[in-house]
Amino acid sequence: MTCEQNKLLHEINILSFTIVELNLFLDTHPCNQEAMRHFEYYNRLKKEKCEEYTNLFGPLTIKDAKGRTQEFQWTMQPWPWEGGCE
Amino acid sequence: MWDYEKRLQYPVNIKTPNAKLAQFIISQYGGPDGELAASMRYLSQRYASPYREVSALLTDIGTEELAHFEMIGTIVHQLTRNLSMEEIEKSGLGPYYIDHTIGLWPQAAGGIPFNACEFQSKGDVITDLIEDMAAEQKARTTYDNILRVVDDPDVADPIRFLRQREVVHFQRFGEGLRRVQEDLDPKNFYQFNPGFDRCMK
Repeated sequence: MTCEQNKLLHEINILSFTIVELNLFLDTHPCNQEAMRHFEYYNRLKKEKCEEYTNLFGPLTIKDAKGRTQEFQWTMQPWPWEGGCE
Repeated sequence: MWDYEKRLQYPVNIKTPNAKLAQFIISQYGGPDGELAASMRYLSQRYASPYREVSALLTDIGTEELAHFEMIGTIVHQLTRNLSMEEIEKSGLGPYYIDHTIGLWPQAAGGIPFNACEFQSKGDVITDLIEDMAAEQKARTTYDNILRVVDDPDVADPIRFLRQREVVHFQRFGEGLRRVQEDLDPKNFYQFNPGFDRCMK
């Protein structure tokens, strides 16, 4: 994994964490309009970042996997436990 | 139904292997207060909850625990990469190595295998939520114990993240319990089981 890839993944991790926090908060406060607005906002940002990541480095989820390159990137991109850049 | 994202919830990049530490931290993989028990507890309990807010919490926290299970697996994996046979024997990892090489297998720090008896699914939403709050505290204490024996910042950083999540989950389960109790008779929460004695509601 390159450092550039790691950096973009880091941004996705931050957005995803924000979404998890809002998700759990909304589970017990399902009528909180402000939290819902934040949830939708960060979901949209994450979707955009994930598209950017997928185009540059390959898919993060199987639904984003495409067969347009020589190899099936879902299989061949590093697995999360392999660790980041040196 | 679940989707997998090919990333860790929080990054783990350990440069120095440490077989001794791996034997301690594996307890949060398959030990009594570990992430596997946490996930199985919540994902099993949710069917008996008659409150959608509580079912949502159990589903979403149970799912997050799977991501923590993967982080712990990664920590143990990276701590046991590139060990020499001498390090394996000297550190006490020998018995584990004989049965599993350095593959991941859910067990407690003391070698006891993962067992469903480490959690309950009682079919009573108040009982289950109080168990869940206790479980989050037990996991938090285990992470505190781990942090006292860790001096590698590469290991301490993701462990601190996991410890903090236990605190947040405890808070959310407490809100879930309050939601249930607000719906019941404040003079006697235990008059009936809202998920079983339906005719009483």
